[in-house]
Amino acid sequence: MSLDLLTYLFIGGSFALYIGIAIWARAGSTQEFYVAGGGVHPIANGMATAADWMSAASFISLAGIISFVGRDGSAYLMGWTGGYVLLAMLLAPYLRKFGKFTVPDFVGDRYYSSTARMIAVICTIVISFTYVAGQMRGVGIVFSRYLHVDVNTGVLIGMAIVFFYAVLGGMKGITYTQVAQYCVLILAFTVPAFFLSAQITGHFLPQTGLGATLGSGQSVLATLDQLSVELGFNAYTDGSKSTVDMVFFTIALMAGTAGLPHVIVRFFTVPRVKDARTSAGWALIFIAILYTSIPGVAGFGRVNLINTVNGPDNTGTSYAEMPGWFKNWENSGLIGWYDHNGDGKVQYAAGNAFEGGKPNFIDGTGEQGQRMVSNPTLAPAPVKAAPFANEVYVDRDIMVLANPEIANLPAWVIALVAAGAVAAALSTAAGLLLVISTAISHDMMKKTINPNITDKQELMYARLAAIVAICIAGYFGINPPGFVAQVVALAFGLACASVFPVIVMGIFSKRMNTQGAVTGMLVGLVSTMAYIIYFKFMGGSADQYLFGISPEGFGTVGMILNFVSAFAVASMTPAPSEEIQKIIEDIRIPRGAGGAHAH
Amino acid sequence: MSLSPEKAKAYWRENLGIISVYLVIWFVASYGFGILLVDQLDAIQFFGFPLGFWFAQQGSIFIFVILIWAYVYSMNKLDEKYDVHE
Repeated sequence: MSLDLLTYLFIGGSFALYIGIAIWARAGSTQEFYVAGGGVHPIANGMATAADWMSAASFISLAGIISFVGRDGSAYLMGWTGGYVLLAMLLAPYLRKFGKFTVPDFVGDRYYSSTARMIAVICTIVISFTYVAGQMRGVGIVFSRYLHVDVNTGVLIGMAIVFFYAVLGGMKGITYTQVAQYCVLILAFTVPAFFLSAQITGHFLPQTGLGATLGSGQSVLATLDQLSVELGFNAYTDGSKSTVDMVFFTIALMAGTAGLPHVIVRFFTVPRVKDARTSAGWALIFIAILYTSIPGVAGFGRVNLINTVNGPDNTGTSYAEMPGWFKNWENSGLIGWYDHNGDGKVQYAAGNAFEGGKPNFIDGTGEQGQRMVSNPTLAPAPVKAAPFANEVYVDRDIMVLANPEIANLPAWVIALVAAGAVAAALSTAAGLLLVISTAISHDMMKKTINPNITDKQELMYARLAAIVAICIAGYFGINPPGFVAQVVALAFGLACASVFPVIVMGIFSKRMNTQGAVTGMLVGLVSTMAYIIYFKFMGGSADQYLFGISPEGFGTVGMILNFVSAFAVASMTPAPSEEIQKIIEDIRIPRGAGGAHAH
Repeated sequence: MSLSPEKAKAYWRENLGIISVYLVIWFVASYGFGILLVDQLDAIQFFGFPLGFWFAQQGSIFIFVILIWAYVYSMNKLDEKYDVHE
């Protein structure tokens, strides 16, 4: 069977499955819409959380990032998993005991203030939209590459699918669809990883394969270090980020993970407090299967890429002999080549092949058949120790998708990867859309604007909000704001600087009051946003960083400022009432959680 | 809530104790071995990996998984000890 046919089959088959589940698990009440009725088994919830959490960024981009930056990428690996430890110990069980639907619900009730609730609503919506725009774009790219449609058409197909199960099924539909999506995405990631590892090292597990020895007698990592240095890059196992920045960035990712509203809300769906803890454990196991495979995939991918492009003698391969994947991705605009030394060979080394980094394609093809560009680097001088000037641009995002092709794996593996990438992007998009619609219908309409609406009306608002949210997300997918990649830092920074501290203080400090919480959230929010906006959008340069902390890591500073200002203000203002203190004591004791309260 | 205030306090204190111990391990495994001491540990080879690099990219994740399950186990026992389990 041809690759195209297999791809249609895999993607079509998985869609049929998701839609079937959505129809089977239709939500009839707000309880089912928001928290799936509160009766999800911890293992199922763990899988759903894992699918919810592992987005297009984890599936498609992370291995690529690590493949290109080596040790510095560890911040993502530790940050995006270590946050679950915080989630399990500091948030999940208590929020489950509290028994409300959403993060703004907790903030509003615990701090007995609609101002606090509205700030939490705004944080939730900003964080979720930032995230969802990237997912829709990811879906569009995968569709355009494998279904040979326009990226925009790809986004529209994605919108239609998400619409179907998020609007109909609500949390209940999403939970069980996400279980199916987890299975698809984890198979799609690990199967090629096993193949790659076995092919390169003879070890099936990529976890141990990365430490194995190659035919040359040298270990994979030592080979990578040697190749990287020869080509003028940093050694793969060495870092170039400063220690301070690594620490702050990792903390921001961890606390940000623990503070992401669409992850937190998953812990409201289990029956008991005990299950909230167990469920975090399962979620992390399911996530760790993918995350511990990533370093292997990244390492093997890089060895393969360098060997294929530069050839066995490391001097370059002639363009005419480059394998099909190279030209396919060149056609998608994610690979570019300019023959600086005019020898007809493709050569890969450190440094930019193109002015400004990315190739700027123009119409027409060169004499070898390569796509023409208008921006070759003016003076392609070899960098550091590199033996030749770099002639290739490789987009980091293609690593996972292109890996099976680079390694010549069977066509069904490639089709499976496509289905997995779509599953990863869609499951996260659906979870985020649900959080947005809940924040609007429940926290804004029901709790703030009009408390008299019925359950049925609230459900209608939730579905309406979901539809509007899908349209906005689709719009961003089709007209991506150039800054999608940058704003992800904003999403984590905001979650770390505002949501995470306010919940932790709400549980662990009986003294924390409205004034303290509101001040803390505002201080964290404003300082983090200002820093990120200044450096990402207003041209601040790296030598102006405060203590050398990059904007990605600044959420940690925002979090510290949040804690400090909150406690300072709380100590000068009256303590919360007796009644609120009772509630806090009650959250701390597991017994008597009951169902998530409807009102 | 059938728990007396003293017992509730004692339960909470033990809970905080458990969390603190696990968070210290969490910190040492990730920030300690994976970032602060990574260069020193890289001098040691561990199944083909420089040890610091292994902690940063894989080891810390394994430890996180173990930590959450150890926490689940400790808390379930604590809940039963104070008879607040469900």
